[in-house]
Amino acid sequence: MSLSGKDKTVVKAFWDKVAPKAAEIGGEALGRMLTSYPQTKTYFSHWSDLSPESAQVKKHGATIMGAIGDAIGKIDDLQGALAKLSELHAFKLRVDPANFRILAHNIILVLAMYYPADFTPEVHVSVDKFLQNLALALSEKYR
Amino acid sequence: MVKWTEEERRIIRGVWEKVDIDEIGEELWARALIVYPWIDRYFGSFGDIFTTTAILKNPKLAALGKVVLSALDTAVKNMDNVKAMYAPLSRQHYEKIKVDPDNFRLLAECITITIACKLRAELNPQVQATWQKFLSAVVEAMNSQYK
Repeated sequence: MSLSGKDKTVVKAFWDKVAPKAAEIGGEALGRMLTSYPQTKTYFSHWSDLSPESAQVKKHGATIMGAIGDAIGKIDDLQGALAKLSELHAFKLRVDPANFRILAHNIILVLAMYYPADFTPEVHVSVDKFLQNLALALSEKYR
Repeated sequence: MVKWTEEERRIIRGVWEKVDIDEIGEELWARALIVYPWIDRYFGSFGDIFTTTAILKNPKLAALGKVVLSALDTAVKNMDNVKAMYAPLSRQHYEKIKVDPDNFRLLAECITITIACKLRAELNPQVQATWQKFLSAVVEAMNSQYK
């Protein structure tokens, strides 16, 4: 389900809107993922606090959203844009790629919460496709 | 069988109280049919369901939305017995309507996102986790007779 020209336009426009709150959204999404899907906590045993209020969680959520923002800037070549991050996730972090879909769901939920009027079904489907393509690019180096 | 704490029951009922069955009943189809368009394979006789505008005006979808959310209301009121209560529904969806059960998961997601748009910050992380646990139980009950 590759990204059409329309998907890219929609995603970029919506991202411009949410960019000022991107860090906050990332922190929220990660916190919710750890709360609703406790199996994801297994990747963060080196953190002392895995609650939604945790400074570590908020900081890492912001980092993730920063990377997503960068990827949007290179939306025509997601594989190239994410090559290094894919190596990191594949060989060092070894995160099961099934978890990318779980995080995507939580990002989408937080976007819906923060921007209920803007996150129309049309925006939702383009963002969902984008996050799916992002996850695919992130899984590229796994095997 | 799923076990619910008093706190979880309170949370689930709290979310459900805020759901306007008519409003959400329409919006959830807009999300489901636009975000997961292959779902329209089950709606051949429903007329125009291909744009958000058409979906929100479609009386058959509005009626079906009410049916789905009334069934969810039954689940909220019988949390300890969802699997048994939903067995006939599950069998119907398997044998008569022949719905791929993955669609139950997709619809549940759309319900949650639609509720997130309405409840916003009230759907805090703990509430989200509990509500999703409840919907997972419902989805599992809908899957139960697929054998």
